[in-house]
Amino acid sequence: MSATRRPLIAAALATALSMIAGAAFAGETKVAVAANFTEPAKAIAARFEKATGHKATLSFGSSGQFYAQIANGAPYEVFLSADVERPQKAEADGLAVPGSRFTYATGRLVLWSKTPGLVDGQGAVLAKGRFQKLSIADPKAAPYGLAAVETLTKLKLYDGLKPKIVTGSSITQAYQYVQTGAAELGFVALSQVVDDKGGSRWVVPKADHTPIDQQAVLLNTGSSSEAAKAFLTFLKGREAKAIIRRYGYEVR
Amino acid sequence: MVEAVWLTLKLATVTTVLLLLLATPLAWWLARGRSPLKPVVGALVALPIVLPPTVLGFYLLIALGPESPLMALLRPVGIRTLAFTFEGLVVGSLIYSLPFAVQPLRNAFLAVGDEPLEAAATLGAGKADVFARVALPLALPGYAVAALLAFAHTIGEFGVVMMLGGGIPGETQVLSIEIYRLVESLEWDKAHQLSALLLAFGFLAALTLLLMEKRRSAQA
Repeated sequence: MSATRRPLIAAALATALSMIAGAAFAGETKVAVAANFTEPAKAIAARFEKATGHKATLSFGSSGQFYAQIANGAPYEVFLSADVERPQKAEADGLAVPGSRFTYATGRLVLWSKTPGLVDGQGAVLAKGRFQKLSIADPKAAPYGLAAVETLTKLKLYDGLKPKIVTGSSITQAYQYVQTGAAELGFVALSQVVDDKGGSRWVVPKADHTPIDQQAVLLNTGSSSEAAKAFLTFLKGREAKAIIRRYGYEVR
Repeated sequence: MVEAVWLTLKLATVTTVLLLLLATPLAWWLARGRSPLKPVVGALVALPIVLPPTVLGFYLLIALGPESPLMALLRPVGIRTLAFTFEGLVVGSLIYSLPFAVQPLRNAFLAVGDEPLEAAATLGAGKADVFARVALPLALPGYAVAALLAFAHTIGEFGVVMMLGGGIPGETQVLSIEIYRLVESLEWDKAHQLSALLLAFGFLAALTLLLMEKRRSAQA
């Protein structure tokens, strides 16, 4: 073998070895994502895969449904909940790695209508009551629903408006009711309408309700998964935070 | 919880009664009619069996909402929308449970056969008489099956009420929705209670159907 060809072979070998090593280190992790976080989660997973070589397989659903599945042995390794309560409970019930829990996004509540000019910038439309149906998410199951009830209570309008309120099982459904015109207006997540140029909206001041913190937690099933841990680290990083903000959430 | 049980029973009862009335002429036509349109109508009737209930619920939400042309037709009588109302759920349930009422009735009418009807006609009975005095009594077991199936399916309905209901207690929040909400809001004890109730009901319904089937084949 000539001396000139040796570096070439060495380089080829090195490349092959690094590919094998890369394949060995690159893992896959299963992530349960609250439905309201679908779009940012997809964008983050794509960036995560590029940056680390790990793959994040995302499942989307409601936090309550995920909790029931996780408690019954679902193979998710990371849980991005839409609230604090469920990750907290997962930790307390011994389903999650203690201390791995953190707030990855804070949602903003918005009163939204498809009709331009129906909702004014101060939410005065609620007091005028010139509408048939107001949709909110189920306050027991969805933090956006709870925030909506707190906002209405603070405005002293809750009892009066009660007959007009329709409750979606999730914030997605509350949004869907407005989108189909079944309800003229509704309390939805800012992230849902952040790209919507039409309609009319009132972004509810943060002080009017409990913060809509969404927490992530590493589940026991992922405690020894490099990919799962790397995903959570990536979620805390600058790149992920920029994505989360772009979708209408706040990040601390 | 009691409210949800009561509401569900009310919905299933209203739906079943209306369905038997609606399904009778439809099933009769499907069994004895001669129109070339029969397969098309038959397929439409069977659609809810193969269609995901969420699809049905989604289209119903649009069709019964205030922006639909259908509701515009009803505006003169003061109806703006049927979404989020008990009446809306009845409409949804009628469509959702239609095949479960029509198919047993159609089979029952088919099983009556031509001879008794022809015999009655030869004896001078009018069409209405033939139906009321000959076909209907012979088809009664089919009515029992149709009623039970329609009732049971309406009790267990989820997707349609989920999309169309709006979760209003006492108005649209039926058992299946209540159970879903209880699971979602971590109240599993109550979810267990209601689920066990539906499990028992489902078992009894299935058992009754089997016993009815057995009796019928013993008679045949």
